[in-house]
Amino acid sequence: MPEMIAEWLNQNEIFTATTLLHYWGGLVTTVQLVFLSLLLGLILAVPLAILRTVKNPFVSGPIWFYTYLFRGTPLLIQLYVIYYGIAQIEGIQDTFWWEIFRAAFYPALLAFTLNTAAYTTEILRGAIVATPQGEIEAAKAYGMSWLMRIRRIVLPSAARRAVQAYANEVIFMLHASAIASVVTIVDLTGAARDIYSRFYAPFDAFIAVALIYMVLTFALVYGFKRLEHRLLRHLRPVGG
Amino acid sequence: MLDLKGYGPALIEGAFVTIELAFLSLALALFLGLIGAASKLSQNRVLRGGATVYTTLIRGVPDLVMMLLFYYGGQVAVNNLSDFIYDTYGVDFFFQFDPFIAGVLTIGLIFGAYMTETFRGAFLAVDEGQIEAAKAYGFTRWHTFRRIMIPQMMRHALPGLGNNWQVLLKTTALVSIIGLTDMVRVAEQAAKAERSPFLFFIPVALVYLLITAGSELFIKWLNKRANAGVIQGD
Repeated sequence: MPEMIAEWLNQNEIFTATTLLHYWGGLVTTVQLVFLSLLLGLILAVPLAILRTVKNPFVSGPIWFYTYLFRGTPLLIQLYVIYYGIAQIEGIQDTFWWEIFRAAFYPALLAFTLNTAAYTTEILRGAIVATPQGEIEAAKAYGMSWLMRIRRIVLPSAARRAVQAYANEVIFMLHASAIASVVTIVDLTGAARDIYSRFYAPFDAFIAVALIYMVLTFALVYGFKRLEHRLLRHLRPVGG
Repeated sequence: MLDLKGYGPALIEGAFVTIELAFLSLALALFLGLIGAASKLSQNRVLRGGATVYTTLIRGVPDLVMMLLFYYGGQVAVNNLSDFIYDTYGVDFFFQFDPFIAGVLTIGLIFGAYMTETFRGAFLAVDEGQIEAAKAYGFTRWHTFRRIMIPQMMRHALPGLGNNWQVLLKTTALVSIIGLTDMVRVAEQAAKAERSPFLFFIPVALVYLLITAGSELFIKWLNKRANAGVIQGD
């Protein structure tokens, strides 16, 4: 087997060890970027979604505005505004923040996090609003406080309803992360663009990366199917 | 008044390019979506398999990667084709594969897959009895499709269609990456040259918000029309 791979690598002009390593580096960057932005986005979205359902318009209004803004405009524009905009903040070049935001990775992470947080907030809000009234009444009858109700009743049941839509959001984010290559980040797409321009071989470079994305996507789809299967076990028909 | 430092007219022109791109892609997507849905629901196994492969492949690949493949690959393919024609027939022709065409093709193809799913669900929601009645009247299959299925499935398809359109509109921004001078590209170049990103990107973002808000109202109106005569329960 190893000889076969070595032979294949020797015969191949484009997919040499160097380019494969370049793709690997891109894969690591993409996974880091997507995983971190999803994680941070989810952490932001849970409190935002809860506050978004609060009756007071001074609390829910600004959150509505935030999600409307980030869901209504292209992610590419958000990325450009943050990437080019941060350098324009007065005096930032003298603080330690400049060390962090000078590279493209952190501005991109910030843009992706804010974007996915906006979408996730709306997904969770939809799930929270759909909580059956009876469950909340029962919790009240047990004397649960608001916080305990949210923690013990509303959030677990909302999470089950949200998981399907959230799976779509995760895949959307994986695909959207391809635009990171526009601001000089060498993610998977960035690696493919480098390899394309080095060999002038668009089909090899981009079809290879498309296959990698496809494997990642279907792995995620499978993972979420399993998760859904587990979470919604109590809703399955008997013997189904 | 807002001072756009002379970039105002270019931005407006770019906005029209964006809108043109979005509408052409939408037309292609609707066309592909109808064909895809009809294939998915047909008795023919080859058609069904083809449509399934199409929607599955599209869902697995990022839109930008597909766009790059079409743009750079399309030029190489066209060049190879013109070389081949020159060698065999001696006819010399050159065709520049421009970003606009690549953009329309890619976005149309991607959203064609999403439209396929939307239309498929909507076709399934049409009452079986309606189709039987059409058969009883001696309608041909094409006639049933055009006169019975399409008008009745539209009402089920509209909400999904509206969502797809909103996402499609935002996807058009990506075409600026392969060099189309739409409003995003104009704004990016202006922002770089003038070192004022907010000044140029915020108006562009507002145009996107304006179009989305406008189409939201339009879809609401269409929905109301499509559902005229339907008694809605609560």
